Amino acid sequence: MKFKSKTALIPYILWIAIFVIAPIGLIAYYSLLDLNGDFTLANYKNFFTSAYLTMTLTSFWYAFLITFFTLLISYPTAYFLTKTKHKQLWLMLIIIPSWINLLLKTYAFIGIFGLHGPVNAMIEVFGFDPTQILFTDFSFIFVAVYIFIPFMIIPIFNALDEMNPSLIYAARDLGASAFTTFRRVIFPLTIEGVKSGIQVTFIPALSLFMITRLIAGNKVITLGTAIEQQFLVAQNWGMGSTIAVFLILIMFASMLFTRTKKKGGRA
Amino acid sequence: MKSLINVTLSILLVCGLLAFVAAKLDTSNAAGGDGVLTIYNWGEYIDPDLIKQFEEETGITVIYETFDSNEAMLTKIRQGGSAYDIAVPSEYTIETMVDEDLLIEIDHAKVPNLQNIDPYYLDLPFDPANKYSIPYFWGTVGVVFNRAQLPDHLTFDTWEHLWDPALKDKVFLVDGSREVIGMGLNSLGYSLNSRDDQQLREATEHLKALDGNVKAIIGDEVTPLMINNEATVAVTFSGQAADMMWENEDLDFAVPQEGSNLWFDNMVIPKTAQNVEGAHKFINFMLDPEVSAQNADYVGYATPNKAAMAILDEEVVTDERFYPSEEMRTNLEVYENLGLEMLGVYNEYFLEFKMSLQ
Repeated sequence: MKFKSKTALIPYILWIAIFVIAPIGLIAYYSLLDLNGDFTLANYKNFFTSAYLTMTLTSFWYAFLITFFTLLISYPTAYFLTKTKHKQLWLMLIIIPSWINLLLKTYAFIGIFGLHGPVNAMIEVFGFDPTQILFTDFSFIFVAVYIFIPFMIIPIFNALDEMNPSLIYAARDLGASAFTTFRRVIFPLTIEGVKSGIQVTFIPALSLFMITRLIAGNKVITLGTAIEQQFLVAQNWGMGSTIAVFLILIMFASMLFTRTKKKGGRA
Repeated sequence: MKSLINVTLSILLVCGLLAFVAAKLDTSNAAGGDGVLTIYNWGEYIDPDLIKQFEEETGITVIYETFDSNEAMLTKIRQGGSAYDIAVPSEYTIETMVDEDLLIEIDHAKVPNLQNIDPYYLDLPFDPANKYSIPYFWGTVGVVFNRAQLPDHLTFDTWEHLWDPALKDKVFLVDGSREVIGMGLNSLGYSLNSRDDQQLREATEHLKALDGNVKAIIGDEVTPLMINNEATVAVTFSGQAADMMWENEDLDFAVPQEGSNLWFDNMVIPKTAQNVEGAHKFINFMLDPEVSAQNADYVGYATPNKAAMAILDEEVVTDERFYPSEEMRTNLEVYENLGLEMLGVYNEYFLEFKMSLQ
């Protein structure tokens, strides 16, 4: 029996080795090579002394803002969804846009936000001059938030939906105000959903790259953009891989930060 | 145990399938040979009717693929495994490809139409005696601007006009480190092939002063944006400007006098070619005056083909914005192959400039 249970692991180990460990290993290996293919630590040195450190912070800041606003919109949405009559239908309607290709949606926003687009047409109706919306921080964060909302809503919706409603009645019976009920009962019980929502938003937000050009006009530079440039233009695979290594480290850290606690603590 | 083997097998099957699909998708791998010609060209860079005409005349089937940067093309050819018979790199990339021994010498005896090419575009420093490459199109980098929406004093015969306070949030730049840093160098009177760190530093600082004026740094999306009057000024390639002006009559194009980039795209035959004979036929076909004229008309860039220029509209070939005179060309510079090390430096400065915006 024991033998059997170990062999059962083989397919999974094989899968992980080929599709997870090997690529990460290759990235780590390439990050140690210079332009001529010789071993060097210069890439890492370069990362710490140049613009890349600032860029890491900027990426972090934008990813934080995107996650924050996505959460701000998604939590109440998920909450009200669970109260509606046909909640699965509503959830479906929110998810459907995520089936459309990301680039297509991004291109659509170029038209929507343009100087002669519908948004500026609205602004003009109210008697204001058309404003520059496209290629600003606002448009960047708006589009990113729009893209991530469905991914944030789903885990929060599931957590809220699984919650036992009698706990809320109990809290209210015992004299807790609506706010206290939310703070002490609802939110702590759905925190796992929020955490997974943050993971699926924050991590991809760190490495967004196409919309930094199409929507932010390269005025927002993220680590993702830098990696693309290093590989395709500068042909410096070493430096590109080094940035990727740091991206992986940051992702790992954010996973640790939002990890699910196994032991049910009673705080 | 049995299901276990099944799972293991299915993983291996997935790997095999992926490899198979990858090989299939890469049409250039599988195909190749006498009846087939694989062409690797820039996007929107040939009149599709001409491909059909070539197929009809020669009976060769053409596989046509496109790239969007010299670097991407180079990487693909360098890695091997492709079977491109024709590629169309720019001059500094041709230099690299010759250095790395990636090209086959062109047999001039098989390209009699070469006589149609203006000698000015032959025997250039990047490929002496045109051993490896034959001219396809040439052009410049300049400023396309909306005459109707700008004060009259802005004519862009100098790069300095880009820094004009009237252009607040109105300028598009092309997303390329050589082009933008080169423009910064030119605006200060330096060479756009500068390897001097002091000059590069100065150019970057000068570019940073452009901050308030830059609306976005983008790629090919600039064409529809300019046509729709989304921006007033864009630094772009001459042919792209010609496309925009075709659609929007308010637009005009100028190449600043301090200097700018003059580039040549030439046809080459990579070492990986499977149909060298067909490749020669194609090059000769493209140099035919009628064909060349039709192509230039469609693409909008300047043709080096003297016989074709005779056929083209007089108005087009005498337009000095797109066919700058020899005298004007003395201010223009061709990109030199700076080497990867220096290219990296240009990129770092470009990144610094981008990050300084707003």
